[in-house]
Amino acid sequence: PLKRGFCRFQVSAALKEGHVTATELCQRCLALIKSTKFLNAYITVAEETALKQAEESEKRYKRGKPLGVLDGIPIAVKDNFNTAGIETTCASNMLKGYISPYNATVVQKLLDQGAVLLGKTNLDEFAMGSGSTDGVFGPVRNPWSYSRQYKEKCDPKSHSEDEDSNWVITGGSSGGSAAAVSSYTCFAALGSDTGGSTRNPAAHCGVVGLKPSYGLISRHGLIPLVNSMDVPGILTRCVDDAAAVLGSLAGHDPKDSTTIQDSFKPFELPDLPDVSKLLIGIPKEYHAPGLSSEILALWSKAADLFKNAGAKVIEVSLPHTCYSIVCYHVLCTAEVASNMARFDGLEYGHRSDLKKSTESMYAATRREGFNDVVRGRILSGNYFLLKQNYEKYFIKAQKVRRLIANDFLKVFGSGVDVLLTPTTLSDALPYKEFIKEDNRTRSAQDDILTQAANMAGLPAVNVPAALSERGLPVGLQFIGRSFQEKQLLTVAKWFEKQVKFPMIQLEEVNRNNHDVFQHQKSASFS
Amino acid sequence: LAPWVPVVGLEIHAQISSNSKLFSGSQVQFAAPPNSLVSFFDASLPGTLPVLNRRCVEAAVMTGLALNCSINKKSLFDRKHYFYADLPAGYQITQQRVPIAVNGSLSYSLCIDNKMSQMVTKTVRIKQIQLEQDSGKSLHDDTRSQTLVDLNRAGVGLMEVVMEPDMCCGEEAAAAVRELQLILQTLGSSQAVMAEGQLRVDANVSVHHPGEPYGVRTEVKNINSLRFLAKAVDYEIQRQIEELENGGAILNETRAFDSKLGCTVPMRDKEGKQDYRFMPEPNLPPLVLYDTKSLPANVNHQQVVNIDWIHERLPDLPSVKRAKLVEQYGILPEHSFALLNEDGLTEFFEHVVKQTEMKPKKVIGWILNVLLSYLKQHSLTVKESPVSSFLLADLLNLLEKKEISSTAAKQVFAELWKGEGKTPLEIVKEKKLELIQDQTELEQICQAVIDRQENEVIMMVLG
Repeated sequence: PLKRGFCRFQVSAALKEGHVTATELCQRCLALIKSTKFLNAYITVAEETALKQAEESEKRYKRGKPLGVLDGIPIAVKDNFNTAGIETTCASNMLKGYISPYNATVVQKLLDQGAVLLGKTNLDEFAMGSGSTDGVFGPVRNPWSYSRQYKEKCDPKSHSEDEDSNWVITGGSSGGSAAAVSSYTCFAALGSDTGGSTRNPAAHCGVVGLKPSYGLISRHGLIPLVNSMDVPGILTRCVDDAAAVLGSLAGHDPKDSTTIQDSFKPFELPDLPDVSKLLIGIPKEYHAPGLSSEILALWSKAADLFKNAGAKVIEVSLPHTCYSIVCYHVLCTAEVASNMARFDGLEYGHRSDLKKSTESMYAATRREGFNDVVRGRILSGNYFLLKQNYEKYFIKAQKVRRLIANDFLKVFGSGVDVLLTPTTLSDALPYKEFIKEDNRTRSAQDDILTQAANMAGLPAVNVPAALSERGLPVGLQFIGRSFQEKQLLTVAKWFEKQVKFPMIQLEEVNRNNHDVFQHQKSASFS
Repeated sequence: LAPWVPVVGLEIHAQISSNSKLFSGSQVQFAAPPNSLVSFFDASLPGTLPVLNRRCVEAAVMTGLALNCSINKKSLFDRKHYFYADLPAGYQITQQRVPIAVNGSLSYSLCIDNKMSQMVTKTVRIKQIQLEQDSGKSLHDDTRSQTLVDLNRAGVGLMEVVMEPDMCCGEEAAAAVRELQLILQTLGSSQAVMAEGQLRVDANVSVHHPGEPYGVRTEVKNINSLRFLAKAVDYEIQRQIEELENGGAILNETRAFDSKLGCTVPMRDKEGKQDYRFMPEPNLPPLVLYDTKSLPANVNHQQVVNIDWIHERLPDLPSVKRAKLVEQYGILPEHSFALLNEDGLTEFFEHVVKQTEMKPKKVIGWILNVLLSYLKQHSLTVKESPVSSFLLADLLNLLEKKEISSTAAKQVFAELWKGEGKTPLEIVKEKKLELIQDQTELEQICQAVIDRQENEVIMMVLG
C-alpha cells in the first residue's frame, strides 16, 4: 500500500480517491451521533458548522489540494476547550450558555488542518472526576455497555430486566470523548489529562488514549484544572492516528509560556516496529491494592510478549508512588481554588439574581454555579493555601512531587526506555456500583496508576489490550521519557499489533456501516 | 515627656510606561473609553494564559539599576488572591517570593530651612522592586446602588518599589518620592505622574521611644500628591503620638487620607487581616535574566534580557545631571535641584546661557527668582511660558551690556510676559528704559533736578 502524506489513513485515502466525500463522512457521523444519543457523549453537536467545514474540505479534495491527513476528518472536542461560536460549558452551570470568542490553540490547529468539528463532548464538571458522571448534563454511558460482547457475558436474568440499568461508566473525566471515539461517531477526539483523565476512559472504552509530555502541546484555551499538570489528551482508535493528531498539535505556542521552545518534528511510526533492543521496566509499586487478578494476568502476559520479542524486561522501583494521590490532592485542590476564583459572575457565565451586595452575589453565584465536587475542592484548596498551612501542605506536597519525578528520572536514567503498567485497577464499573462511593473516593482509587505521570510531566499512553471476563475493554499503559513520544508510540504500536484488540460489536455502528468502515479491523482512519 | 521617634516607610506603585500590558497585548492608554482596552486575558476569560512583556522587564531592570539594586537573575511570579470587582481573575499576579530587584538605595536632598539655602543629603534603602499587575477601576454609583467596573487598567504593568522605614517625617517622604519620580521620568520606565495615577504612594507610619522596639504601624492610602503625602504622614505621626500619650493604643490598620479634612480615617473595606493565599503562578516559568558573561551562545535575542546591555544604556540620572550642572555652570547645588524639579527648566536655562554673554551664575537668578515665580503665579509649565529662552536671553544681553538697569529689566520682563510679540529692545525704547551712559547728559539731568528742588537742597547742605 502506498504511503500518503506522513501517515496512512484509509479514510484519508478514501477521501482522496473520492470513494467517499467529506460531506458523506460528516453526515454519517452526525447520524450515528443521533442514533447513539443515549450514550450522552455529546453536550453540543455543531451540525451546521460541521457540514459547512465538510463542504469546504470536499472542495479542496476536488481541487486535489487537501490540507493534510486530517482534512475532512470528523473530530470531537471535550467541552473544556474553548471553541469560538460554539458553547463551552465544562459541564457546569457556571458556564451554561457561555460562547467563547476564541478557539483554543489545539482547536485552531485542527481546524486549520481541515478537520471537521462535530461537537463538544461530555465530561465530569470542570474535569473533576474519574467517571464522567458528575457533570450537569448527566453521566456518559460506555458504548461497550450496549455491545454484543458485554451483553453476551451479562447475567441473563439481569439482561432481561431493564437493560438500561446495567450500563457501565466510561471512566473520566474525558468520558464523552472516549465514548465518541469508541462508538465511531468521530475518528479522533481531544480530551484533557491531569491525573489520568484521558487514559482512564480510554482504557474503559477500548481506545488509544495519549497523554503527551507536559509542555509539548499548547494549553492556551484549555480551561484549566491544574495548570502545572494539565495536558490536552488525544483519543483515537489506533496508535498511528494518535501519532498523526499529535503531529498536527505539538509545538511551541507563544500564547502558552509553558510550552517548550524547541521545534517539534512530526513523525511517522515504522510499519514494523522493533522492540528487541528495548529495556522495558515493570514498576513493582504499580501492583497496587485492588488491582484485579485479570489485569494482573494481562500485565504479566504483556511483559512476556516483550520478552519473547527479544526485549529486556526488568522489575524497577518507583518508591514514592504511594504518596502521589495525597500529594495530588493537595496540589490539585490548591490550584483549583485559585483557578476557580475568576468565576464570580461579573464578566461572563452564570450570575446570581441575588443583588444585595457584591459579596452576596459572588457567594450565591458560586454556590449556584458549581457542584459539590468543585466547591469541595475549592474549600480544601483554600485551606491548604492559608498562610499557617502553606508550609505544611503546599510546600511539602511540592517536595513530594519532586521525589516522585525523581523516581522516574532515576529509572529512565538507568537505561529503561519505557515503563509498562496497568492503566486501571479493573474494567469499567456499572454506574449503579460506581455512584455508591463519592467523587473524591473514586478519584483517589482510580487515579493511582495514572497520576504519577502527570506529577512528572511524562508522556503516557493507554493501549486497549483485551476484553475482560465481563466482555469489557481493559488496557495497559506505557510511560515514556520526556518528549520521547516517538519511542513511546512505537512501542505502543508494536503492542497494539500483537494484541489485536477486537472491534466493538455495536448495533448502531453496524447499521451505519459503510465501505469505509469495513476496511478497518483495527478501526480507524489509519 | 520622652521624645518620640517617628518611622516612615513607603510602598510606591509606578505604572510602567509601555505600549501594552504586563501579560497581554492590549494597549496601555490613559482616559480611553471604558472597557475599550481589554484583552481576553485581562477579562480573565477561562483558558487564557499570561505572556510576559519584555519591555516591562527592561523597565524594571533599568529602575533597579538606577536605584543601586542587585538584579535577581532569577525571579518568580506568584498569585495573590482576593475577591474584588476590579480584579477579574480573583487574584493578582505579582512577585512575592523572589522579586526582580533587591537591596538598593535612593539618595535625596532636603532643604534645612525654607530658603533653599542649605541642602542636606539623605538616603533611604530600597527593599525591593517587584513586577505586578494593576487592577481595573471600580466606580461606586450610590444612587443606583451599583458598582461600575472599567477594566482598561486591569493588567497594566506596575513596579512596586518598597522603601524601608528610614524616613522620619512627611518632608522626607515627599522628597524621597520626588527624587524617585525624577529618576523614573529620566529613565522613561514610568511617566510617574501622580495626578494620572501613574505613581501611587502608600505610607507605613509608626512611632516609638528611642531605644525601644518599633511601634505598631498603620498603612495610609489614598494619597494623591506629594503635598498630601507630606501632610498625611505628618498628621498620622501626630495622631499616633497623641493617641499613645493619652494612654491609647495604635491598631495595625489601614487608613485613608482625607484631603479635604486633612486627616486620616480608618478604611471600612480593609477591616480584618486578609490572607492572600499566595501560590506560585504556574503558567509563568521563572524569569531568567542574563549578563554578558552568562549569556548563552546560540540564543534568540528576542527572548533574552541582558542586564549589562541595559546598564550601558542608562541615561544620566538626576543626581549626575545636577552634579554636571553645578560643575559646568558654577551654580549652587540648591539651584541644580530647583532646575531639575521643574519639567523643562534645565533646558530653558541652558538655552539662555548659550544665547547670552551673562554668566550662568547670574542667569540662574533670573531663571529661578523671576521666570519660575511668574510661572508658579500663573500656574503655567515651562513649555507654556510666554517668554521664550530666546527673548530672555535677549533681555539679559541688554542688562549685561549695561544698556538697562536691573530694575528696568524686571519691568521689561513683565511686559514680555504679556506675550504681545514685542522684543525686549522694542519695549525698552517704548518705555524709555535705556540707561544713560553719557556723563554730560547725566550731569544735566542732575542739575535740573537740583534746580527744581532748591529748597530741599539748601536744607540738605545745611544739615
